[in-house]
Amino acid sequence: MTRLTAWFSEGRSTGKHTLPFVVILLGVTILASAANLLLPADSVFYVSTYTITLLGKYLCYAMLALAVDIIWGYCGILSLGHGAFFALGGYAMGMYLMRQIGDRGVYGNPLLPDFMVFLDWKELPWFWLGMDQFWFAMLMAVFIPGLLAFVFGWLAFRSRVTGVYLSIMTQALTYALLLAFFRNEMGFGGNNGLTDFKEILGFNLQADSTRVALFLITAILLAVIFVISQKILSSRLGKVVLAIRDSESRSRFIGYRTDRYKVWLFVYSAVIAGIAGALYVPQVGIINPGEFSPINSIEMVIWVAVGGRGTLIGAVIGALLVNYAKTRFTAIMPDAWLFALGAMFVLVTLYLPKGLMGLYGQLKAKRNSVTKKESQA
Amino acid sequence: MRRITFRHCIALCCCLFGLFSLSTHAAESVSLDPLLAELGEAKIKDIEPILVRIEAVSDETVLPLLRTLLNGNLYYIKAEKKVIGEFETNGETYYKDVFTDEINAGIDKRDVDKIRVNNNLRGYLRNAIARIQLTSKSPSVRENAVRELLSKLDDSTVAALERLYPYESNKKVKEAMGLALAMNTASQTELAPSNRIAAIEKLSSSLENDVRNLLTTLTRDDNTAVVTAANIALEKIAQRANRFAFVDQLFFGLSLGSVLLLASIGLAITFGVMGVINMAHGEMIMLGAYTTYVVQLMMPNYIDYSIWVAIPAAFLVSGLMGVLIERLVICRLHGRPLETLLATFGISLILQQLVRTIFSPLNRQVSTPSWMSGSWEINPVLSLTLNRLYILAFALLVFIVLVIVLKKTSLGLNVRAVSQNRNMAKAMGVKTNWVDAMTFGLGSGIAGIAGVALSQLTNVGPNLGQSYIIDSFMVVVFGGVGNLLGTLVAAFTLGIATKFLEPTTGAVLAAILVLVFIILFIQKRPKGLFPQKGRAAE
Repeated sequence: MTRLTAWFSEGRSTGKHTLPFVVILLGVTILASAANLLLPADSVFYVSTYTITLLGKYLCYAMLALAVDIIWGYCGILSLGHGAFFALGGYAMGMYLMRQIGDRGVYGNPLLPDFMVFLDWKELPWFWLGMDQFWFAMLMAVFIPGLLAFVFGWLAFRSRVTGVYLSIMTQALTYALLLAFFRNEMGFGGNNGLTDFKEILGFNLQADSTRVALFLITAILLAVIFVISQKILSSRLGKVVLAIRDSESRSRFIGYRTDRYKVWLFVYSAVIAGIAGALYVPQVGIINPGEFSPINSIEMVIWVAVGGRGTLIGAVIGALLVNYAKTRFTAIMPDAWLFALGAMFVLVTLYLPKGLMGLYGQLKAKRNSVTKKESQA
Repeated sequence: MRRITFRHCIALCCCLFGLFSLSTHAAESVSLDPLLAELGEAKIKDIEPILVRIEAVSDETVLPLLRTLLNGNLYYIKAEKKVIGEFETNGETYYKDVFTDEINAGIDKRDVDKIRVNNNLRGYLRNAIARIQLTSKSPSVRENAVRELLSKLDDSTVAALERLYPYESNKKVKEAMGLALAMNTASQTELAPSNRIAAIEKLSSSLENDVRNLLTTLTRDDNTAVVTAANIALEKIAQRANRFAFVDQLFFGLSLGSVLLLASIGLAITFGVMGVINMAHGEMIMLGAYTTYVVQLMMPNYIDYSIWVAIPAAFLVSGLMGVLIERLVICRLHGRPLETLLATFGISLILQQLVRTIFSPLNRQVSTPSWMSGSWEINPVLSLTLNRLYILAFALLVFIVLVIVLKKTSLGLNVRAVSQNRNMAKAMGVKTNWVDAMTFGLGSGIAGIAGVALSQLTNVGPNLGQSYIIDSFMVVVFGGVGNLLGTLVAAFTLGIATKFLEPTTGAVLAAILVLVFIILFIQKRPKGLFPQKGRAAE
């Protein structure tokens, strides 16, 4: 047990949150699941399936925030296009779920999804082949975002496109994909996207048990990814990544191939985003081109900024808090949400450069300086 | 098939008489009354001969009568043996004299009978109206009348044209008349083939649709020489039409380029020269467009002049907002570009929502001043819309003014000094804070002006700015940061490329291809088309 604790907290200062985080995350998840499945609906402690799904959605966002934080907080690459990787993973899952509908669609075509029948297509496009196999679809959910990230990153980092330029390029990338997926001819359902899913691996998607299972899987995967990322970032490789963030040219002169580190970290981050997307789609029941919109991608950045970049736990907390606030705000005062979000962007960047996680440090520093001044006086 | 018949001769006589009657107008208006009474009494099949007689004895003054009849609004008062027009304004019907516009209030629906017209008569009336207009004093009315007649040349029209052709003094009208007559000659099968081929050759210089239709019919003619001539003429026309289609496409490309230039030129200053990334730039454009809307609301009776008020107003509104943003937010984030990006993005969300709260999320209608609407018709296949033409000129003007401001004024000198070496400029006594605020205000103000121009082309809504922000950044990055000329070249290159891709790929795919191209281009040349050299570069 002590060895396990030691393994968890190996990352020194940044790693000290890992074990409590994993325990709390899994503990809450299991309690909520049990409360949903075991307790009667009129019990005080009953957790509705709606809440379970909502929590599952938040956890997917948390995973996505983790992905953004890994490259932004640790490597200084501000990607405004991570929504693209998330949506691509989501589309891979959506295609699998679409194929699972089979002949239960409105048009009852056993092979073609409804929107293809509607467009009068006669056969399945080549990129839909194999998507009826769960393992293949899941492979694609990580492979396609990873491939895109590799190609984009390889081109961008090798020619040393950095900073604001890179941010704008990633935004253009997701914008181009948004336009492309809106086209009906692309074969991804156009404007409406993919929806009306029935079941996953034979389990009914509407059933409470399936929802709870998806929620549990999301939580476990989040914990696993969290621990792996923590390990990677506190390893030697992580140190190089931090060095690149703080001074890229100096790291390059020391002899590190900084572009390769950046490319692989970018791919790793994109893969996490793809997994988050694949988990997100069965829980919310729809994927459409709106997920590619640049504003979504930029919202992810603010989750990380609010929580505190450069700390994995901060990204997760930021995603949970901001999304909870969004749910509450849009329910009570829908108009005020964009004001609040906008103000959050401005205030966090101006006054909380290290986010909520840095707030404690900021306060402590202030108190120290005050006491110092007093002692001097 | 048209034969020179007895009827033809009569029509010719009538027309000659009509020409003669021009000079003796006073007598005719009296003699019209019995004809009108006859018109009122006539059955529908007897109306045409009466109209022939009316046309024969009248001039332009009869046009209101014919037009009213064409619209089916001409009524006959049996008791007074007079005709009267029925008009409607604001849902109220009333009767008035078609010649004098005098309202006849004493008339009730029961006192009048409608003079009915059928499709045949309507066709005849349209021709008659055009024929009468051929003698109008204004050359443009005459020219339009001839073009109107091209598609429906009948015997009486041809006769009228032949009669008027030698006396026509205006070159353009004469050309059009010659074209109509050539069309007639070419279609007469009983004429000698050599005459017809000569006429067809004459037709090959025209781009009119009717000419093309006629030539297409002629390619099925019995005479092989005529068929060959028609085919050659058609090909010649097609080649010319293609050339003009190219010019048309080029114009649309230039127009899109001018829009991109306007949208991105402010950014070229704030991002390019100052190095501050302003994600709220699109919202500055939006504010300018809304300023135009508000200005028009305040002066609804002077829409034509509202633009001249809107341009400075939009510059001030967006410019002041820019200064405010710079002072409150951006100056505190100096040297932290990614944070600036996030903070200004937050500002853009707030501004959008603000506009949504004040003006509602629906699109607002901005009206186009009358002098900007319409189009400049160069020939039948090429017409350039005036508002796009004006905006193209306006974009270039703004660009030139901006270059002059940056190169020739002391503000420009300070801006360049600060952007090249902030500390040195400070040491030389330049108030860098003030210069930053002014530069940002200038860039934002120009975005506001762009909003005025865009309000004439697209819908004015809270999302107006969003749709341009990515494109504007692409233009600036593609052209090379810190280089105004690069922005100009990039804007027009991208505009023209998009418009030339569109016919083959469709609008959306063209936009995607251009984006992908820029992404790849930036990988190859990270500093854009015109990278900065010397001290200005880093």
